[in-house]
Amino acid sequence: MNKVVGHRVELSEIATSNTHGEDSPYFAGWKAYDEDPYDPVNNPSGVIQMGLAENQVSFDLLEDYLEQHPEASNWGNGISSFRENALFQDYHGLKTFRKAMASFMEQIRGGKAKFDPDRIVLTAGATAANELLTFILADPGDALLIPTPYYPGFDRDLRWRTGVNIVPIRCDSSNGFQVTLKALEAAYAKAEAAEMKVRGVLLTNPSNPLGTAVARAVLEDILDFAARKDIHLISDEIYSGSVFASPEFVSVAEIVEARGYRNCERVHIVYSLSKDLGLPGFRVGTIYSYNNRVVTTARRMSSFTLVSSQTQKTLASMLSDEEFTKYYIRTNRERLKRRYEYIIQGLERAGIECLQGNAGLFCWMNLGPLLEEQTREGELRLWKLILHEVRLNISPGSSCHCSEPGWFRVCFANMSLHTLEVALTRIYDFTQKSKTIKSLIN
Amino acid sequence: MTRGSDGEKRSRPHQPHPPSRSNGPAMRIVVPLQGVVQGRGGLVLGSLLPCALFYFLQLYLKRHRSPKNDPSASASASASIIPRTLSRGQLSPRAQPPLSARAAALARPDDDDSLYYAGLRRCAADPYHPTRNPDGVIQLGLAENQLSLDLVQEWLVKNAKEALLGEDKEEGLNIRGLATYQPFDGSIDLKMVTNAVAGFMGQVMRGSVSFNPSQIVLTSGATPAIEILSFCLADTGNAFLVPSPYYPGWDRDIKWRSRVELVPVPCRSTDNFSFSIAALERAYTQAKKRGLKVRAVLISNPSNPVGNLVNKETLYGLLEFVTEKNIHLISDEIFAGSTHGKTKFVSVAEVLDAEALDKSRVHIIYGLSKDLSLPGFRVGVIYSYNENVLNAASKLARFSSVSAPTQRLLVSMLSDSMFISEYLETNRERLQRMYRLFVDALKQLGIECAGSSGGFYCWVDMSKFIQSYSEKGEQKLWDKLLTIAKVNVTPGSSCHCIEPGWFRLCFTTSTEKDIPVVIQRIRKVTESHRMSH
Repeated sequence: MNKVVGHRVELSEIATSNTHGEDSPYFAGWKAYDEDPYDPVNNPSGVIQMGLAENQVSFDLLEDYLEQHPEASNWGNGISSFRENALFQDYHGLKTFRKAMASFMEQIRGGKAKFDPDRIVLTAGATAANELLTFILADPGDALLIPTPYYPGFDRDLRWRTGVNIVPIRCDSSNGFQVTLKALEAAYAKAEAAEMKVRGVLLTNPSNPLGTAVARAVLEDILDFAARKDIHLISDEIYSGSVFASPEFVSVAEIVEARGYRNCERVHIVYSLSKDLGLPGFRVGTIYSYNNRVVTTARRMSSFTLVSSQTQKTLASMLSDEEFTKYYIRTNRERLKRRYEYIIQGLERAGIECLQGNAGLFCWMNLGPLLEEQTREGELRLWKLILHEVRLNISPGSSCHCSEPGWFRVCFANMSLHTLEVALTRIYDFTQKSKTIKSLIN
Repeated sequence: MTRGSDGEKRSRPHQPHPPSRSNGPAMRIVVPLQGVVQGRGGLVLGSLLPCALFYFLQLYLKRHRSPKNDPSASASASASIIPRTLSRGQLSPRAQPPLSARAAALARPDDDDSLYYAGLRRCAADPYHPTRNPDGVIQLGLAENQLSLDLVQEWLVKNAKEALLGEDKEEGLNIRGLATYQPFDGSIDLKMVTNAVAGFMGQVMRGSVSFNPSQIVLTSGATPAIEILSFCLADTGNAFLVPSPYYPGWDRDIKWRSRVELVPVPCRSTDNFSFSIAALERAYTQAKKRGLKVRAVLISNPSNPVGNLVNKETLYGLLEFVTEKNIHLISDEIFAGSTHGKTKFVSVAEVLDAEALDKSRVHIIYGLSKDLSLPGFRVGVIYSYNENVLNAASKLARFSSVSAPTQRLLVSMLSDSMFISEYLETNRERLQRMYRLFVDALKQLGIECAGSSGGFYCWVDMSKFIQSYSEKGEQKLWDKLLTIAKVNVTPGSSCHCIEPGWFRLCFTTSTEKDIPVVIQRIRKVTESHRMSH
């Protein structure tokens, strides 16, 4: 290709900014993995990817289903049905698919909340859903409040093209990183002081990177806070189907219903099939809003991020098969629980403590004791060491904006059990060694 | 999205009115003040001006607030969407937290939309079918190709299972590779898909140019492709020069979130609606005078809605122009494979290949919605010669990514070059046939088409059938066609055409049997016009 880099012709600020954040450690680790990926046979000393929150433990269930139900991907059902599918680019989305999504979301919540298919807006992934909501609820320069630690991708997804700011709601280990009213008020005040108009709170429930479901009382407090300040509440429930232990998951949808749908036009839920079904490549996300104007606007804006009609068709029948989805949800939970227990045990053996988790595809582990200095720099040095010496890519808490150094997110569902075993052995060896060579970390 | 005015602007704060404008509440406040001020000086002015400013500020705030918190808008929206059981929560507007200005601009009721979308909606509500609904609205306003779907379906029925399984036939359906994360601008195997797409594009251009897979960014359709390019090439408030008439969708795709202005460069029927470099020069200068920073020229080639092709000399001229002004060139070539005339299509890529030019300012939009009749699958392409643009666009594509099973399918289909070349050939023949039939049929009614070599439509002159030679007259005719003739066509005003009376009629959503029906329907309107004049 012509190697002339566009010095002479200008690009936009957005194109040249680095708000995409791909220079941060979170993504740097991925690069290191890409360059030297672990393979049990071909590259046993390669980097093991533990920074990717992907669910690979239940693929076989999906494969079995699709094999037993070939009609899902069958194109031979007559020219008219094919024609409809090939030409279908209606931003309302296939009705059958929306119904299937609504039913699936209800099942995940054990029937404790109802979802209306006409309030479902489809997007190509939760990434797009979150960005879309931000475009709709906030103007450039405004602020969204987000509890820390939070998913590093938000810095890019919510800010890059939208021009919206993130103001952190600081949480800490003193209460298991739960959101407190004090922290909410402090964040709000901070935004105001910086002359940013606060437009909403964005909550990830269950939390990424903590791996915990948010307590009902906390949810109620946050919703009340949003009502008091007349702002929105976005609840990213992308891990709602991956809650494997008590306490039970409580969706904001349940609270809205319990309150008789009063004052709920400020509540919006984001969901996706990437985590619970392990299908990130399919690019299926959704916005569920109790606000009609948001639904209408999101639908129109989804023109920029429609879900392939082929994908909708393929998944519609699978997701409406209640027997299958019940079975899948239950089995997936069990398998995640087993994985979680396995990694916790392994980490305990290595002398590492984790936050008590009950959901998600990762643990939030405390390597604070291993830091020679309790600072962000100390944490990053440890992270680099683990990446290059122990050959594990894990996510440092600082990239998640955690206010306490030393916490790391480690994923456990994106690899085979054997690979996890290898990883845990490496960690064990490392902690044994580092008791003696702590001073050499520089 | 009406002609001329930017729907966006309505949501931006109005400038406070100076006292001279006749304006009820303002005058009641200001006139007495003026009266008082006239005879005095200094001190009084010093105290009165702040008061006046205060009143203006109030008015300004009042106007600024109203679009966002319009209770009637939300009430009407709720009536149409929410079933009774869930609407218990739709209480007073005070329960409605405000939306952004961007959202407010669009959440208003449908009468704010352009006729283009209005027509599509009315057609969807009462669609024509030869046997099931012979009195329904005939859709001639959607540039969709239904003429060759059978060929695509045939291929899929034969090959789809293998296409989805990929290499591991013995392993059976292998979801693992299909489902897991991939780089957002690509695929299971990024190289495989971009190779296949690059090869397909080369076949579409009939081998006149070869495309480099590493210059491709895939997006979920051409709609996000043009939006992402807009975000990369221009800042908020900058402008693109666009020869008009142009595709109505760009008003939404480009202006809405990236907030780039579109400055139409009007073309005329006397030139068969071809644009000239001189016209671009004039538009550029005018834009500059208005304080607009022009960042690119955006063309469609083959043109939508006219269907004409840009010739080589003009492409050279265009490249010289953008080089001289140091701006970008975006060439939307989404109909490149859908040519039906005798003139050969020349891609800007072909011209670039031949010349030692600075290519870093050239970007091509492409996709599978038109040439391969698969708009539902959502596959668009940004093809750029600028490494920085490719870097930024590939990251932005995460918000508009192509579904993995679709990518997998494409690798198979697009690599089947024999199928592709047969398909492109047959499709062109069918397009040519329908085009000719349509043009001849319309001639019977005295309706002439502009010269066209590509696309799915005829660009026709119906000015002799409108009463007043104006946008309003054209709108009346459009309405008659929709309500009396019950055909949905796209009026030139939605495409920003400066000559009233031109309409875009798509011929690819009908069968040959439908043509006499279409003519008979349109005749109702043309005859009644003839009789009353």
